[in-house]
Amino acid sequence: MRRFVPMLLATLAMMVAGCEKKTQPASTDTDTSKQAAQGQGGTAPATPPAATPTSPPAAADTILLGVATALTGGQATFGISTRNGIELAIKEANEAGGVKGKKLTTRVYDTQGKPEEAAQAVTRLINQDKVVMILGDVASSNSLAMAEKAQAAGVPMITPSSTNPAVTEKGDFIFRVCFIDPFQGFVMAKFARENLKANNVAVLQDNKSAYSIGLTDVFTRKFTEMGGKITAVESYSQGDTDYRAQLTAIKKTQPEAIYVPGYYSEVGVIARQARELGLKVPLLGGDGWDSEKLYELGGSAIQGSYFSNHYSPDNPDPRIQKFVSDYKAAYGGVPDALAALAYDAAKVAVEALKNAPDTSGPALKAAIAQTKNFPGVAGAVTLDDKRNAVKPAVVLKVGDGKSDYVTTVTP
Amino acid sequence: MAQLLQHLINGLASGTIYALVALGYTMVYGVLKLINFAHGDVMMVGVYMGYATAFALGRQAQKSFLGVVVIFLVAMAGCALLGFLIERFAYRPLREKPRLTALITAIGISFALSYGFQLDIGFLPGAAPRAFPEVITPREWLVIGDRDVVVWNWQVMSLLIAVGLMVGLQWLVFKTRFGRAMRAVSYDHRVAALMGIPTDRVIAVTFMIGSALAAGAGLLYAIKDTSVSPLMGLYVGLKAFVAAVIGGIGHVPGAVVGALLLGLVEEFVVGYAASTWRDAVAFGILIVVLLVKPGGLFGRVAAEKV
Repeated sequence: MRRFVPMLLATLAMMVAGCEKKTQPASTDTDTSKQAAQGQGGTAPATPPAATPTSPPAAADTILLGVATALTGGQATFGISTRNGIELAIKEANEAGGVKGKKLTTRVYDTQGKPEEAAQAVTRLINQDKVVMILGDVASSNSLAMAEKAQAAGVPMITPSSTNPAVTEKGDFIFRVCFIDPFQGFVMAKFARENLKANNVAVLQDNKSAYSIGLTDVFTRKFTEMGGKITAVESYSQGDTDYRAQLTAIKKTQPEAIYVPGYYSEVGVIARQARELGLKVPLLGGDGWDSEKLYELGGSAIQGSYFSNHYSPDNPDPRIQKFVSDYKAAYGGVPDALAALAYDAAKVAVEALKNAPDTSGPALKAAIAQTKNFPGVAGAVTLDDKRNAVKPAVVLKVGDGKSDYVTTVTP
Repeated sequence: MAQLLQHLINGLASGTIYALVALGYTMVYGVLKLINFAHGDVMMVGVYMGYATAFALGRQAQKSFLGVVVIFLVAMAGCALLGFLIERFAYRPLREKPRLTALITAIGISFALSYGFQLDIGFLPGAAPRAFPEVITPREWLVIGDRDVVVWNWQVMSLLIAVGLMVGLQWLVFKTRFGRAMRAVSYDHRVAALMGIPTDRVIAVTFMIGSALAAGAGLLYAIKDTSVSPLMGLYVGLKAFVAAVIGGIGHVPGAVVGALLLGLVEEFVVGYAASTWRDAVAFGILIVVLLVKPGGLFGRVAAEKV
């Protein structure tokens, strides 16, 4: 997603530390992948699958899906959720009889959160393992590198959770099951206007982040179209810690809410300083808020604010509650948005395999592109002509140490 | 009117912190003619020392008066030691080398500290920002109208601590034997050595005082803005450096005036013009000052001795 800047630094440090042991992405089949992920830890000397007799090419009665995601490194929590979500979906598909009498298996490679590893993993999935389709990754920078290879080889790829619009622009074999960044601006505009009944909203954007500027643009346009008024547009730069000047200027315009489409690292402090200056109105934001750190940095000041996200495990929808309990039973712990999106991506892939006449790249590509109103746990998936999902977003209200489901906003 | 007053308070609050950091730059430049680019990062290390001390004290003790004093003392003493070590092992061996060598070393130390602290091994804190604990329980000190203007107790305390430290520094430089030695070293360190002044010791102590001030400034900054991260020093350090140059680098009251000016200008640009212009105006002032008065507002341009 969009947290790759600090991770890039961590990655650089790891590259320096780990360059003498040239680790190959580890190969695992579905049944052994859990132990493999535990044993990896970046140190296990992985052997190339060509030399291992334990990973034979896909047998004739199985269909092999390739998964490339970050299982080690700074994005490991994202990648592990993603893999779990995919495996849960594949397990369910196999229990329901597989596809056209064939069992589904996955081969999982670790991208270590690095674009070059991600590209290498995809090359191996395509050339050596001959997978029919690729699922992954989370960070858009990795997915961009993977999309390049998948598009060139004509193998369809579905990214569960990369929201940068450029990923699917790589070509007609690349799809995603999440919404793209600008959509969230629309979601919050609609929520502010219809649910909060706000007429006047001020904006405080991060002018160093394309994500924040993109959300602001859509938000201001839509909110004005819906009859609201933007009272002030102020900006800060990522890394600032004093926002009092901007907030004092905003306070003068007496808004009913403040839209702050930034990252959790700044938003928490902004909330504190707003309260300190006597601004009591709620803050509104996007999925850049979604982190445990938000509660630490924002303290009690951030409580009562709202942000848009992909999914909420508190959503009372029975399909979502079934997914949450199945996931808990299999992996222990509440599935996050990344697990839910990965589950949906694998389900969309299975559906396409069922509908396609054969497992060739162009046939599968055409089948995926047909996806319409597919009932995912992170919202119904309909793919548009740009191969992006058009789907609802949820709005969450920040509470004490967790966020609560408020409503769902449809496009 | 209320808004103007609030902007004035905000501007003074950030200005006093820039001032404390700027004093460290100006003192070191005064005695060594070296711009110590690692100064902001020493401040960052001081903040993390304070953070660790606050956690060691626990939730109750860190809020008591004594607890706050202990946090400040540990951080300031720790940074004084760090400043001493940096001077002893990085700058002293280069003292007779071309000045550029020491400057590049300073930039190297700055990066080593700010990026080293982003590692997540041992005592190093990692890259994620953290919330500095509320060591001073926030209380409203002054409220005007319907919360139109709010002044908090910690804002008043920061101002008092900052002014106290500045007055103390002024006294040290102009009223003590050590201050006279500092000024002599600043004037010409070779001649000062011939007069029997222990120049190495004077320079080391100057570094230690500057670093301790940086730790104090860093803690006030952390109390004010909550969020602490390994890269905070680069940003604050740059702003304080600009403030020191505007005031006339090497000039103690000049640094304070330059810092307050910078803090207020930034605040008013954001408040009344556009927030995107803040840094452009701040650095624009630097350029104008250097064009009109190359030595800074209070500095003198010394003729080159040939």
